[in-house]
Amino acid sequence: MELQAVLMAAGGGSRMMELTYNTHKPLLPVGNKPLIWYPLNLLERVGFEEVIIITTKDVQKMLTPDRLKLDGKMKLDVVCIQLEGEMGTADALRHVQQKIKTDVLVLSCDLITDVALHEVVDLFRAHNASMAMLMSKLHEFTETVPGQKGKKKAGEQRDFVGVDATGQRLLFMANEADLEDGLTIRKSIMCKHPSMRIRTGLLDAHLYCLKRCVVDFLVENKNISSIRGELIPYLVRKQFSKSVNLPNNKDEVEMSQKMEGQTNLGSCKDEELLRLTQERSCWNDHHGDMSEAYHGGKVRCYVHIMEDGVCYRVNTLAAYIEANRMAPKLIEDPPIHPSAVISECTQVGADSIIGASCQISDKTSIKRSTVGASSTVREKVKITNSILMNGVTVEEGCNIQGSVICSNAVIGRNADIKYCLVGSSQRIEPDGECLTVTQNAVSV
Amino acid sequence: MADADETSKQAERNTNVGDGIAVKKQDIARAKNEGKELTKDEKQRLRKEKKQQKKNKKDDKGESEHENVPLPPSQAVVQCQSQKAPSVAPSLALTPVSVCTSEKPAKSKAEQRAERRARQEADRAAKGKKGESAQQPPSGKSKAPPNELQPVVKRLPEHVQVDDPAAVRKLAKKLERQQIPVRSEYGYKVSLFSHLHQYSRKAPLTQQISIPSTVIHPYIVRLGLQYSQGIVAGSNARSIALLHAFQKVIQDYKTPPNEELSRDLVNKLKPYISYLNQCRPLSASMGNAIKYVKKEISNIPCLCKEEEAKKQLLSCIDNYIKEKITLAATTISAYAIEKISNGDVILVYGCSSLVNHILCDAFDKKRKFSVIVVDSRPRLEGREALRRLVKKGICCTYVLISAVSYILPEVSKVFLGAHALLANGYVMSRVGTSQIALVAKAYNVPVLVCCETYKFCERVQTDSFVSNELDDPDDLMVTRKGKIHLENWQDIRQLGLLNLVYDVTPPDFVDLVITDLGMIPCTSVPVVLRVKNVDQ
Repeated sequence: MELQAVLMAAGGGSRMMELTYNTHKPLLPVGNKPLIWYPLNLLERVGFEEVIIITTKDVQKMLTPDRLKLDGKMKLDVVCIQLEGEMGTADALRHVQQKIKTDVLVLSCDLITDVALHEVVDLFRAHNASMAMLMSKLHEFTETVPGQKGKKKAGEQRDFVGVDATGQRLLFMANEADLEDGLTIRKSIMCKHPSMRIRTGLLDAHLYCLKRCVVDFLVENKNISSIRGELIPYLVRKQFSKSVNLPNNKDEVEMSQKMEGQTNLGSCKDEELLRLTQERSCWNDHHGDMSEAYHGGKVRCYVHIMEDGVCYRVNTLAAYIEANRMAPKLIEDPPIHPSAVISECTQVGADSIIGASCQISDKTSIKRSTVGASSTVREKVKITNSILMNGVTVEEGCNIQGSVICSNAVIGRNADIKYCLVGSSQRIEPDGECLTVTQNAVSV
Repeated sequence: MADADETSKQAERNTNVGDGIAVKKQDIARAKNEGKELTKDEKQRLRKEKKQQKKNKKDDKGESEHENVPLPPSQAVVQCQSQKAPSVAPSLALTPVSVCTSEKPAKSKAEQRAERRARQEADRAAKGKKGESAQQPPSGKSKAPPNELQPVVKRLPEHVQVDDPAAVRKLAKKLERQQIPVRSEYGYKVSLFSHLHQYSRKAPLTQQISIPSTVIHPYIVRLGLQYSQGIVAGSNARSIALLHAFQKVIQDYKTPPNEELSRDLVNKLKPYISYLNQCRPLSASMGNAIKYVKKEISNIPCLCKEEEAKKQLLSCIDNYIKEKITLAATTISAYAIEKISNGDVILVYGCSSLVNHILCDAFDKKRKFSVIVVDSRPRLEGREALRRLVKKGICCTYVLISAVSYILPEVSKVFLGAHALLANGYVMSRVGTSQIALVAKAYNVPVLVCCETYKFCERVQTDSFVSNELDDPDDLMVTRKGKIHLENWQDIRQLGLLNLVYDVTPPDFVDLVITDLGMIPCTSVPVVLRVKNVDQ
């Protein structure tokens, strides 16, 4: 087998607590499908037959195939972890280390994308890379987000990503929070790669192809707890670290590692055979200096940057709303579920999604919205730019604009809700008015 | 017997056909009856007569009546010719004689002949069909153009028949059976080369297979990707990589129940080979390596246990690499160093792993020489050769191929690598090699080709059009000052981009071929092939 897929679904959704305090993040409905459906669909389309899902006990109960609405025969191997110790993604990977027998593809459950996965995996295969990841151009969210006070705080938490001239080799990665005085790049890197492009407007899709020896390395180094936060920057730095690249005295290197008890990240089994081939091949990845291909480096990190296409990480409210807008493009099902009951005089816009068993009564108008399954919408309701989750009841005469109504909420008659977030199972009094941020916007 | 010849000729000119024929026949019959050994002439005549008989039988296809018609003109021709070429005429005269005599007796014999002919045709047609359906690596090339596929002519390999829809369909069916996706052609092909495949590097075959590939072994998928992206390039590198991948496949192989390893493993390898062929057409050296591996697998005795068999196969492959590639390189280098003298200026073209090895060895043995590296677009492989030689410490000059006639007066020898050596002595190598050989010949500079024997193949080719490889045409696009001028070349109907990979150099331009068997002239390749086949 070539690659095993591991789906990380144990995250708490700490940046959108308003949504996730009641519904777990993997099960948040986006376009009337649970969030976890999207990465699973991606894997299935590409041809994976088995996925290891790491999640919490509560979510595991809900992860049955019919609830997930998966068509294919993908086998889901759900592994539970306790959420108490604040397990990072690397810790979770270490937890399932026994099941991992080949190279691994790590995904996050909040990734919605239509990337051609072979682009990432081809980089991983062709260059025999230790790590290959996916990044995408950051899209600015234009929709007004309920509950947000003023403009987004720009300039913080930016990621600096340095790639080489081809745009594929990852040379440098740091988060702004870690850089105190400024960006420093080692001279040795500049000597090897004189042309480097540093980009900041990139979104890390949290999709990584890791070699088996990296997983083994993780097992031995228990102090690494997050893949994105610690492992990836470590690997990127390790590409240019001197100790790995000295090919001279192999025995010495091996001995020193045995003493440290460390797996050599660089020497995966078939290195010797590949070296023989590389010696005779007339290919080099760079020109102009005297070093061989890859500068003789054993650890290589590659990145595929998507210039166009859909790629979202649903970990903030803004992203959630944006994803719901984009969802109709990704799903092949018809936007209006066949079992929904829609009466004659309603206007349902073409870009709206109506879930299963909905009841939409007369004289309502639904535009650019998502209505969850089993919701009831009574007469004379206007719903624009909103997201209604499952089981919502909207009484007559309501006007809902730019809002997010969580599951099982009840909106009383003639309520006027603008740019609000109504929590789960809440009740809005009839004739209530919820306006934008300045007033009591978020009712939880 | 010369007198007999004269008299027979005379008789032929003056008398009727029938008499002449009768006289001729009597002569031969007399000679046979007298128990004398037939002279060389007569033996030749008999051989030619038999050949002519066969040819006539094939051509006529059972129309015995018509044979009388072509006879008189051929006889006239014969009579004219007999005045010019006495030795040839009698033999030609004999053939219509023999046919005539066959016609003379009753129709029953003709009918028998017709029946026999019909049966032979049917047999040949059946054999031809079987030959076409069995897919093998290209073993023979025919001189007839592709459209005139007669059953007797050796069938053409698939990769030169891309403009024939029937052949394309056959390939598609075969790939479907093996569950390998078909790679789609890309771009407008120059008409002279429309019979070859042309693929785009941006549309790899991995797009169409599932990501954790189940049908194809992951090592083979990786290898195919490396071939198509040019990461593993060069005849030796590709063969070594292929053999290593096969070793991995054999290691991971498990014999299914009720199957024999010797037969099943070969069947397992076939889809992999098709896949690699789709990623990039196989080279001659790879073809020979595959043949060797298949032979080794089928030679495994049935009663051998799986573990032992696998170990044996792995060691066979290791030995092959060691003997045919590594040790061969050492041997060739030892021979070649005799040809390198102090003060030489050696010209090399592109990046040949063998030539680089030779030069590095010569440098280690303290020969004083300098090297001129000639390079050409779009691959610019010479840069890699330049890097390796300079890193070693050799003095190098770097020019592009357009400057080769300028620099050649300074050159004392030319060392070229080869992709394959064809059976008629032609050298198949990177495009541009024949140019260099031509110019070197014009300047009387010796050209030495270095090639291991495992790259010798039984193909025969005299031009670079019939069988070649078309690389991605987008490689010819170059960015100058931020602009790519050929960016929309596909929109211009009359414009075609051609990126050839190989060309053939005639043996007249090559002075010596240095192989691991010694230094041989180009025309001795068939001898080496024959010796190799006998050995095996």
